[in-house]
Amino acid sequence: MAMTRTETKARAGLDAETLRLMYRHMLRSRLLDERLWVLNRQGRAPFWISAEGHEAVQVAFGMNLKPKYDWVAPYYRDLALTLVLGMTPKDHILSVLQRAADPNSGGRQMPAHYGCRRLNIITTGSPVGTQLLHATGIALASRMRGEDAVTLTSIGEGGTSEGDFHEAMNFAAIHKLAVIFLVENNGFAISVPWQKQMPTEDVADRAKGYGIPGVIVDGCDAIACYRTAREAVKRARRGDGPTLVEAKVLRLTSHSSDDDQRRYRTAADLEADKERDSLHRFKATLEELGVLHQGDAEEMRSELVLELDRATEEAEVSPFPSADTAMLHVYSETGD
Amino acid sequence: MPQKSYIEAIRDGIREEMRRDERVMILGEDVGAKGGVFGVTEGLQKEFGEWRVLDSPLAESLIVGVAIGAAMNGLRPIAEIQFQDFIMPAVDQIISEAAKIRYRSNGDWNVPMVLRSPFGGGVHGALYHSQSIEAIFAHIPGLRVVVPSNPYDAKGMIVAALRDPDPVLYFEHKRCYRAIKGEVPDGEYTVPLDRARVVREGQDIAIFSYGMMVHASLEAGDRLAADGFSCEVVDLRSLRPIDRTAIVASASKCGKVLIVQEANLAVSVASEVAAIIAEDCFDSLDAPVMRLGGPEIPAMPFSPPLEQFYLVTPDKVEAKLRELAAY
Repeated sequence: MAMTRTETKARAGLDAETLRLMYRHMLRSRLLDERLWVLNRQGRAPFWISAEGHEAVQVAFGMNLKPKYDWVAPYYRDLALTLVLGMTPKDHILSVLQRAADPNSGGRQMPAHYGCRRLNIITTGSPVGTQLLHATGIALASRMRGEDAVTLTSIGEGGTSEGDFHEAMNFAAIHKLAVIFLVENNGFAISVPWQKQMPTEDVADRAKGYGIPGVIVDGCDAIACYRTAREAVKRARRGDGPTLVEAKVLRLTSHSSDDDQRRYRTAADLEADKERDSLHRFKATLEELGVLHQGDAEEMRSELVLELDRATEEAEVSPFPSADTAMLHVYSETGD
Repeated sequence: MPQKSYIEAIRDGIREEMRRDERVMILGEDVGAKGGVFGVTEGLQKEFGEWRVLDSPLAESLIVGVAIGAAMNGLRPIAEIQFQDFIMPAVDQIISEAAKIRYRSNGDWNVPMVLRSPFGGGVHGALYHSQSIEAIFAHIPGLRVVVPSNPYDAKGMIVAALRDPDPVLYFEHKRCYRAIKGEVPDGEYTVPLDRARVVREGQDIAIFSYGMMVHASLEAGDRLAADGFSCEVVDLRSLRPIDRTAIVASASKCGKVLIVQEANLAVSVASEVAAIIAEDCFDSLDAPVMRLGGPEIPAMPFSPPLEQFYLVTPDKVEAKLRELAAY
């Protein structure tokens, strides 16, 4: 039986609308992700790199930021985050199909190299970790203008081995900048397990060295992710400085469409991850709480699939960039 | 017009632009209370405060990476790398990020950042305080690379760099700082970031150079003038984009060409200038294009005889010019 709104809020700490929206965001990202895999396997898209298993924490942070006011320096697994902030499935299908209208890069970059100025999502390249320093610089500029904008930057646990990770955390902590460092720890950097990436299990421990909070959250527990995100964003906005958040997430797919994780992970391990999938767990929780009723999730799914079908059709007829545009945007053409 | 040193001219340009534009800030090692190890930013923290003249931790990737982020969020940062020799940890941020951000975002984002750094030898700086590695960056589309040789250009180009919407690498020859003086107008002016300048007109040999080597070229050219040879000295000023029109004009006019730089020659700015002349001036040449630069050794050694061996001096330029004149 469905609970009253007050009861839901008491159990989850969140109201039913928020929980429902959160689930919808997660499902939307997952369905898009699955569609992009299909396009790849059909030979219509040369490459995809997935966010499956990372959605809960990305959605949690996205929902706690103020789009267009706050800033995001993402990494390549942040599909769900970009969707919450206002990018669309069509935007990303255009990117995977390398079309001129791709707002991330106009078909210049590989998919999942996110960026959208309108939404304060900075452009990202392929070198790992560089974005952490950009985020820190963005936060420095906000601070110098006296704004309370928050900057979120994210990275995988493999990326925390890069020197830029240390340099960014150090500087952000010295100046108490409003940056959140989100580490989406899925245990693997392509094929290298965390045990060969770092000597201790928790990246969050390193926060101590910078005198800032290091928080670990179960990335499969959407409600816990939401609370963690809310607290880190509040802290940053208050001017209390950075937080290092480590979300223990799952990599439900291979590293990318060019990888096969069955070569270095056991079948049992892969099965266990499927059982822990946040999307299914969250759906069950919401049904138990009475936030989702019988048929709600299916209805949501049909509506989102329809959106995806339309987006795919539109993207597929969208033109490629013409070769003569390759020389554009090396330098400013207008001088500003 | 007031006479100023090269270092004062850079500082004047920065100070005036910081007064006009509150978005301009400086980030680097020792730039604050100390005013930089050479004194370029002396007095600026006192005038503009600790945020706008911000001492960074000892981390070059940070200096450039943070400057890129700040530039994307509305500031006009100057990232100072204390010696060009120490730029290496920041090369990922410069080449993979700053140079490509406009292009990879299809014009959605840009990086209005200036990176300042002293380069060059002859200051007993040995291997790691003497290098001239501008060619690494001059190779990269998306960057502007400039090297002023005199106080007038130093001020006008730093102001132009701060107003440019793209990343500008502004390299200062450290022997110019106090040795080179010249007229610098008070107040606002800019010097273009993509134009060479004919410093001295001549008919017989065109010398292309930049930075401190412009002065070595002028001195050597003077010595030949006594013997009736006139040298045209062209200060390249911008290494990327390079002023092809100016190079072709002077090379065609004189028919003989010497390119002078302090860096070693292989795959360098001199190589590019020689290639442009080979492509566009073949019919005008009266002699093979000659180049003069540092030897192919890893960097400048410390002990005076070794350092002198490396350096391009007016004597060495003169010897090459005489060789060309006799051809």
